[in-house]
Amino acid sequence: MMSSSQDELPAAAAIAIDHLQVVRGKRPVLPDFSVRIARGTITGLLGPSGCGKTTLMRCIVGTQVVTSGTVEVLGGPAGSAALRHRVGYMPQEPTIYDDLRVIDNVRYFAALAGVDAGAAADAIDAVDLGTHRGDYCANLSGGQRARVSLACALVGRPELLVLDEPTIGLDPVLRAELWQQFAALAQRGTTLLVSSHVMDEADHCGDLLLMRQGRLLARTTPRRLREETGCTSMEEAFLSVIRRTTAPRAG
Amino acid sequence: MTGPLQLRSFQATTLRILRQLAGDHRSVAMILLVPSLVITLMYFMFQNVAHPPGTPSPFSNACLILLGLFPLFLMFVITSITMQRERASGTLERILTTPLRRGDLLAAYGTAFSIAAAAQATLACVIAFWLLGFETVGSPGWVFAIAIVNAVLGVGLGLLCSAFARTEFQAVQFIPLVMVPQLLLAGIIVLRAAMPERLQWVSNALPASYALEALQQVGMHPELTAVAVRDIVVVLAFAAVALGLASVTLRRRTP
Repeated sequence: MMSSSQDELPAAAAIAIDHLQVVRGKRPVLPDFSVRIARGTITGLLGPSGCGKTTLMRCIVGTQVVTSGTVEVLGGPAGSAALRHRVGYMPQEPTIYDDLRVIDNVRYFAALAGVDAGAAADAIDAVDLGTHRGDYCANLSGGQRARVSLACALVGRPELLVLDEPTIGLDPVLRAELWQQFAALAQRGTTLLVSSHVMDEADHCGDLLLMRQGRLLARTTPRRLREETGCTSMEEAFLSVIRRTTAPRAG
Repeated sequence: MTGPLQLRSFQATTLRILRQLAGDHRSVAMILLVPSLVITLMYFMFQNVAHPPGTPSPFSNACLILLGLFPLFLMFVITSITMQRERASGTLERILTTPLRRGDLLAAYGTAFSIAAAAQATLACVIAFWLLGFETVGSPGWVFAIAIVNAVLGVGLGLLCSAFARTEFQAVQFIPLVMVPQLLLAGIIVLRAAMPERLQWVSNALPASYALEALQQVGMHPELTAVAVRDIVVVLAFAAVALGLASVTLRRRTP
C-alpha cells in the first residue's frame, strides 16, 4: 500500500475522513473510505467515471446524505454553518443561472460569500471571461459556462476549494493557465481538491488520490507513482496500480 | 453570524430572481397584461347583461373576484415552476453550500414575486377602476392590498408544492390539484352556504375561502369590516405556515 503518509498529518489536515460509508439507492458508492488531505496543497482525485469522486466531494461540501463515518473539514463537521464561507464548491455540471449574464452570476455568488463586486471582476478575469462578462450564460459554449461556474467558486476566496472536473472541455492553453492559478492559490495557503478522470492532469497535483469502485487504491505523489510503477505516463501508472491491487494474492 | 451578510444575501437573492424574471420579456409581458386582458374580456361579456338598479353590476362582482384571486393563482404557478427549476438545475444545492440561509432564500422568493404581483395588480386595478367602470363599496386600496396578500399566499403554496414535484411537468399538474378545488370550494360558482356541510368544513380549512370572503366584504361595505380583517390575517397565517413548511423541505443534504 502507498497510504503510509496518511497518518503523518493529524490535526493539520484540511480534510479528515474516517470510515465514510455512502449508499445511494441500494448500491454502496463508498463502502469504507478513509483519508487525510493536507492544507495548502493541490490534491488530485483521480479515477474512472463512476468511481465515487463526485459523491466523495459532495460529502466534503456537505450536500450528500452520509450513511456512516465522519467527515471533518477545516476542523469542523462537513457542511456545518461555520464552514459555508470557508469552502468553495464547483459541481461537475456548470451550475449557474443561464438566464443571467456572466457578471450577474459571479456577483451573486460574491454577495452570498460576503465579498465585494471587485472580487467578482477578479474572478471573471481569472477564468479569462473578461470579454464575455456582459453575455447571457445561455449563449456561451460548454467550456465557457464551466468557467463561469468556476469563477463562482473562486470568487469568495475560500480556504478550501472543492472542484469537480474543473478543466473538462477546456482548450490546452486555458487548462495550463488554470493549473497555474491553482498552484498560485495553493502557494497562498488555499487547499484545493480537484477531481479529474484525465490522468495527465495528475502532474499538476502535489498529492494524488487514486480511486476505483468507491475505494482508495493509492495515496501518492506524481513522482512516487512514476518511481514505484516504472511508468512514464500517468495513464499507464494508474493502470499498473489497478493491476497490482486487483491481482490475486499469490504466495 | 453577522446581520449585514444575511441582509446582503437576502437582497442579492431577491435582485437575482427579479433579474431572471426581467430577462424573460415574454413572461413579464404576460404577468403584466394577462389579468388586464381577462378583465377587459369580462367587461365586454357582461356589457349587455341587465341588472336591478341599486345592486352591484355583475361585471363588478366578477371583476372583484378576478382582481383578488388572479395573483394567488398566477404567483402559485410562477413560483412552483421557478423553484422546481432551481431544484432540478442543481443551483439550489449549490447556493445552499454558501452562507445563504434557507429562510432568507424563501423570503427573497416571496419578496421578488410579491413585487411582480404588485406591478400586475397595479395595472389591473388602474384599468378596472378607471377605464372599465369597476366599482366597489369599499376602498380600491383594500382590493389592491388583498390582491398582494393573496399573491404572497400563492408564493408560499408554490414554494411548498415545488418540493413535491420532480419535474416541471409535475409542477404544472399541481395547478388543477391544489388551486382549482380551492377556488371552487371558496364559493366562486356555488355559494359556500349552499354547499353540503362537509364541503363547508373543507372550505373552512382552505385559505382561498378567506381570500374571497375578504374581497366580498370590501365589495359590500364602505369600511373595512372585522370579518375582512380576520380573513386577511388568516390568509397571511396560511402564507406564513406554507413558507415555514417550504423551508423544512429545503434540504441541504440529499441522497
